[in-house]
Amino acid sequence: MAVNPDFVGRTYPPSGPYPVDAALVADFARAVGATDPVHTDAEAARAAGYADVVAPPTMAVRFAQATEAAYVEDAEAGIDFSRVVHGEERFVHHRPITAGDEVVGSLTVDQVREAGGHAMVTTRTELATTSGEALSTVTSLIVVRGGEG
Amino acid sequence: MAVRALSSVSVGDAVGPVTVPVSRETLVAYANASGDQNPIHQDEEFARSVGLPDVIAHGMWTMGASGTVVAEWAGDAGRVLEFGTRFTKPVVVPQAGAEVVVEGAVKAVDAETGRVTVDVTTTSDGVKVLGRCVAVVRLD
Repeated sequence: MAVNPDFVGRTYPPSGPYPVDAALVADFARAVGATDPVHTDAEAARAAGYADVVAPPTMAVRFAQATEAAYVEDAEAGIDFSRVVHGEERFVHHRPITAGDEVVGSLTVDQVREAGGHAMVTTRTELATTSGEALSTVTSLIVVRGGEG
Repeated sequence: MAVRALSSVSVGDAVGPVTVPVSRETLVAYANASGDQNPIHQDEEFARSVGLPDVIAHGMWTMGASGTVVAEWAGDAGRVLEFGTRFTKPVVVPQAGAEVVVEGAVKAVDAETGRVTVDVTTTSDGVKVLGRCVAVVRLD
């Protein structure tokens, strides 16, 4: 089944809220080799001007991918996840995500195009707090590989 | 960790290189922290069954490790304003583990806004694994 081009421009209802806690931030930081104390030491984070420990710059992907699931798993969208390869990812941060944030995500399908027998799907997820403060704009390109089956 | 001074940074400055080890345990930890439990990043048999040479790292792990190098160069992880990349080649992670080498070069410095643009090159086994990997950090 081909990826449905009619989804371009569609915005899904907000997903979440996803709570951010200090343990999650520390686990993510450790997994990507980050040793900056702003990830693990609330006092160091406050001294640097943040409300609490700071998420590493790519941790927004956790909330973006949770938000993208509604689209990717939408049967009408025609995305066979077993054929999906991650092509590109881009973050524009409006302010760092910190422990204590309650993150909501809003996904828009920006583009669906065919290239070399594959479908290239670009999504944009706006992450914000539950009170509407903008956190991050996350743009993701996935490639749904074509071929038989 | 001291924040790098904007006045000390010039176009062409090197970031790194930093060698980052990655093991199967790293990928399990990343899967749990990121929520991406795709078995191609954990299960050798599954990875081979879908035509991969072995377990491969999450592209987002590689991006995350690369971002760490830039953030720690800047001296404050909260100062990464923008970060984007293409995923061009997988990082293969055999049972014995692997490494990526992350290095960057300052591409632009905006003295007015403090925005510093860093081009990032990440390799594994000598092969570039990220394309057009660019970070923007804010320094004072």
